[in-house]
Amino acid sequence: MDLGKDLVAASATPLVLAILAEGESYGYAIIRRVRELSDGHLNWTDGMLYPVLHRLERQRLVASKWGSSESGRRRKYYRLTKDGRRALEAERKRWQTVDQTLHRIWMKACQV
Amino acid sequence: MTTGAGLSPLEGQIRQWRAYLRRRRAINGPDVEELETHLRDQVSVLTQAGLADDEAFLVAVKRMGSLDALSREFAREHSERLWKQLVIAPDGDTPLATVTRTETLVVFALAVAAALAIKTPALFGLQIDDNAAEPFYARNASFFVLPFLTGYFVWKRRMDPRHWLWLAVPFVAAALVVNTFPFTRGSNTEALTALHLPIALGLVVGVAYVGGRWFHGGGRMDFVRFLGELFIYYVLIALGGGVFTAFTMMMFAAIAVRADWLAAGWLIPCGAMGAVLVGSWLVEAKQSVIENMAPVLTRLFTPLFTIVLLVFLATMAWTGRPIDIQRNVLIAFDLLLVLVLGLVVYSASARDPEAPPNLFDGLQLLLIVSALVVDAVALAAIASRISEFGFTPNRVAALGENLILLVNLAWSAWLYATFLRGRTPFRALEAWQTAYLPVYSIWAALVVVLFPPLFAYA
Repeated sequence: MDLGKDLVAASATPLVLAILAEGESYGYAIIRRVRELSDGHLNWTDGMLYPVLHRLERQRLVASKWGSSESGRRRKYYRLTKDGRRALEAERKRWQTVDQTLHRIWMKACQV
Repeated sequence: MTTGAGLSPLEGQIRQWRAYLRRRRAINGPDVEELETHLRDQVSVLTQAGLADDEAFLVAVKRMGSLDALSREFAREHSERLWKQLVIAPDGDTPLATVTRTETLVVFALAVAAALAIKTPALFGLQIDDNAAEPFYARNASFFVLPFLTGYFVWKRRMDPRHWLWLAVPFVAAALVVNTFPFTRGSNTEALTALHLPIALGLVVGVAYVGGRWFHGGGRMDFVRFLGELFIYYVLIALGGGVFTAFTMMMFAAIAVRADWLAAGWLIPCGAMGAVLVGSWLVEAKQSVIENMAPVLTRLFTPLFTIVLLVFLATMAWTGRPIDIQRNVLIAFDLLLVLVLGLVVYSASARDPEAPPNLFDGLQLLLIVSALVVDAVALAAIASRISEFGFTPNRVAALGENLILLVNLAWSAWLYATFLRGRTPFRALEAWQTAYLPVYSIWAALVVVLFPPLFAYA
């Protein structure tokens, strides 16, 4: 299923924030989690995640620190900040509104 | 881990991919590292799933996205990176960073050493702001800074100790010559020596700059580029230094404490010496970071100077006014030729030698020819009255310089003309200019060594 560029871009922020709400993580693991959650329908180009993470970091919604991977390479870990938690809450409300609205009209369409 | 150590094909591929990534300006060192770890994670998961190394690599790279799209996304987030910043320590690459840190320390130490060097004579009673010591400082100015600059390049290019000992010889010899000559006070030959010594010793700096390989490759042209950029950096640092000095004076004046001695005795001389080293280091560090400025100025001013020279010639022909032969007229025309030569050299330094002739090359030829005509007119005017003036050291030096520049420009004009007609490659002009470099230094050395005894130190 092709979700279209705009929808993918719009959903990136809430998705990344929500995944980081589960706990500290890093780029590759986030991508894998997205694939898993969407049953493979949300296929991000891997590299594009990083500019998103950097933007969220600039907006202070996430914080990062360098750690090391199992193989000993340097790896950047991201975690949610307090502001990030608040932003996630706001995002959740927004998306729920969209979801509810669409849900209602589609239920009506089914009833007709 | 499935990725083998050493240089397995996979490592080679990853290395190549990383090199492509590094070239993108919007993606900096830590980003490259982050993306590489991601790529390796992906590759190792895929190989564990049964893919061969190269297949895993291809899939991982495909998933990462095209480099263009990636760097566009990074540029959107990090637009500040598109402004080429003069970052002295390249981030991310640790071994490189330590090298530059050492270099920073070395340059700082050399700059301080140069600043102290110009203060050493003061220990022996020769104060720099003292009029009586002025000739001493003028004669020896080169020795306060050029040995340190040479030392910097010797260190930077890791030259063989046997080679750099040879570089010390000209400095020692020159120091002996200029300080043992019995100059008459305020003599012309002394002023000529002071003026020509830096040009003569510049060749030594050049040899150190190219790492002792004067006749190999494009090193000499790089030295020319270096000098142009150093000049621009030096002027900028001097402007900053001027502001700094003015503020210092102003603040101390506000509390009625005189700070003239601080400015004239310390800030200006020490700053002037140290700035040469700091400027050189900046030019070395920024080579790949910022666009070269000298060729840009050349592009701006070549048309302007061409127009002025042509208008000057036309006016002279129209009004029939002869050139007014004043005492310093030869020097003025020497400077004109130096300027035209500078425009030619710096536009050549930035030109792609393989590119076909264009309009700008035609303009260069026009500039050279008009400068030659102007100079010829001036020389004719001077020649007719040279016996009347007599051969003073200044006049002989100026005449010799005019001749040297004239030969260079005349042959450059010829090379430009044949290049425009497609007969010779542009490289011929470049080769001519770089081959000519030692001529200036050798002439300057002759003026330093031969003129004082020839003209009885007058």
